[in-house]
Amino acid sequence: MDKYTTHTGTVLPLRRSNVDTDQIIPAVYLKRVTKSGFEDGLFGAWRNDPEFVLNKPEFAGATVLVAGVDFGTGSSREHAVWALQNYGFKAVISSRFADIFRGNSQKAGLLTVVLPQDDVEAIWSAVEEDPKTQITVDLENKNVRYGAKTVAFVIDDYTRWRLMEGLDDIGLTMKKIDEVSAFEAKRASYKPKTLPVLS
Amino acid sequence: MGKTLAEKIWADHVVSSKEGEPDLLYIDLHLIHEVTSPQAFDGLRLAGRPVRRPDLTIATEDHNVPTLNIDKPIADPVSKLQVDTLRKNCAEFGVRIHSLGDVEQGIVHVVGPQLGITQPGMTIVCGDSHTSTHGAFGALAFGIGTSEVEHVLATQTLPLVRPKTMAINVTGKLKPGVTSKDIILAIIAKIGTGGGQGYVLEYRGEAIRALSMESRMTVCNMSIEAGARAGLIAPDEITFEYLKGKPHAPQGADWDAAVAYWKTLQSDSDAKFDKEINLNADELEPFVTWGTNPGQGLPLNAKVPNPADIADAEERGAAERALTYMGLTAGTPLKDISVDTIFLGSCTNGRIEDLRLAADILKGKKISGKVRMLVVPGSARVRLQAESEGLDKVFLDAGAEWRTAGCSMCLGMNPDQLAVGERAASTSNRNFEGRQGKGGRTHLVSPLVAAATALRGTLSSPADL
Ligand code: SF4
Repeated sequence: MDKYTTHTGTVLPLRRSNVDTDQIIPAVYLKRVTKSGFEDGLFGAWRNDPEFVLNKPEFAGATVLVAGVDFGTGSSREHAVWALQNYGFKAVISSRFADIFRGNSQKAGLLTVVLPQDDVEAIWSAVEEDPKTQITVDLENKNVRYGAKTVAFVIDDYTRWRLMEGLDDIGLTMKKIDEVSAFEAKRASYKPKTLPVLS
Repeated sequence: MGKTLAEKIWADHVVSSKEGEPDLLYIDLHLIHEVTSPQAFDGLRLAGRPVRRPDLTIATEDHNVPTLNIDKPIADPVSKLQVDTLRKNCAEFGVRIHSLGDVEQGIVHVVGPQLGITQPGMTIVCGDSHTSTHGAFGALAFGIGTSEVEHVLATQTLPLVRPKTMAINVTGKLKPGVTSKDIILAIIAKIGTGGGQGYVLEYRGEAIRALSMESRMTVCNMSIEAGARAGLIAPDEITFEYLKGKPHAPQGADWDAAVAYWKTLQSDSDAKFDKEINLNADELEPFVTWGTNPGQGLPLNAKVPNPADIADAEERGAAERALTYMGLTAGTPLKDISVDTIFLGSCTNGRIEDLRLAADILKGKKISGKVRMLVVPGSARVRLQAESEGLDKVFLDAGAEWRTAGCSMCLGMNPDQLAVGERAASTSNRNFEGRQGKGGRTHLVSPLVAAATALRGTLSSPADL
């Protein structure tokens, strides 16, 4: 996972709430067995509409997605995170994320930032007025900056540390593997196992 | 102070806990399918890691598989590659798999319970958000992403932050014709698609206690549609009865020890939930969604809502967009809406009881000439059971199609899809734009409403027949 400290780029203002993972990447695009190449399917259905914000030339090259409330609801597909990353997004801002999507983002190194809806609206307005507006999403200092504005955000220290160090969870857990073995030794005999096959 | 059920299960599975870090939680069972696992196995290979506990891992093929001609190779080469990849990975890493054609193949959330491998007090995960289904047994079960799939494969644990708890008390008694699907659709309409976010839901109350295991699974299945990663129901005699004699249920002395433990799996009377919600089952009517998220639902007797009446600007905008997408006009009675397709199946309502309910309505009748009806059993076993009861004949005689097991039109990854503008009454769990096929329109309903709608061609409840 790449380290994330701070990122500056332009914004894609997605004025929609409840953007579910079927919209971020429709199921028909989930058949790949790799983590790359999902950019083609990003917002697959909406992209047919030339008026869709992703198709507007003024927002081309945006790397920070600012979306409505309840972003990433629905399925657990991490492909939604990969599709955003494959397309070039480094951070997503919304006033509320679905739990699984947020968890997946944090594992894959896509920063999700929760800001109050008023701040989301303010960013939308600023960017729609001037699509070239540069925004900085600063994990080190836990704030978002654009124009003359600085808005602080909250993120737990553990997640912040992991993202800033680019640490992968499996490596961290492997350090505790003796504790896992000790736990396993106490497993009750009535708990089921999948092997051998019984039926 | 007492503990809630979710807190008890959590506490029983903490491997390590440190201030300022997520708890490391042990996972008792890991279910796998073809769509969300290939990248995880790749990760293991790259790092040279084995699957730590193949004996706590089980795979099945469901999302991608065709529901016709399953004796022939999968026609779509990309789907075929994904399924073949799962088979290869399972062979390489020693994971048990139930492939297409195997009697235990089926939707991952139907297979676990029918094998008796889903049991109370367990932690269960799968790279699929409807893993919450297994919560019906009093297990803590939730969906995970592919990075987490890899983590569980490698370590049989997950680092997780303890969720808050919410009690959903459903009092009273359901009227005839009203099912557990209507309970959960009503709950989601009440608390919204984000209402359960950050919580584990515990469904309680006499209306829940009265439900069969299969109906309880329908409720827990859709916890994620209310935003909650997990939803559970305390186990009771109905749970034990269901499990007894299942292939992987404990036996002999183990059974007694297990039941003794399972009986402790209740929220203590003095336990405090972070939030409580109440619903009266007496007042419930068959429910149907009109919009493009599962929270946009109403009783079937209602009319398509007018966005102008919605105070919240965000919700109003969403409702306007939903009506446009759904091709509906405010004020239209929901019962006047004609559909083209009926989908009976999925991990929400693809079990034997669901098929029985629908068959009961269809018996000796013909579906409307204007609709097609797909009946897709949740698993190969459900299909066999239904055939042994003659339900396949009932469906076929009524003019419906009788398919083999899989996710099918629930998500339209295989050839079972809606065409642009087509409208379905579906017993599945998601009415998102394009979920059942690009441009397709979905109304979520119970199996009873699906069957009645098939006969009349318009959204209907059995009472309308
Ligand atoms: S039936 Fe639908 S919701 Fe259930 S696992 Fe399959 S795709 Fe997911």
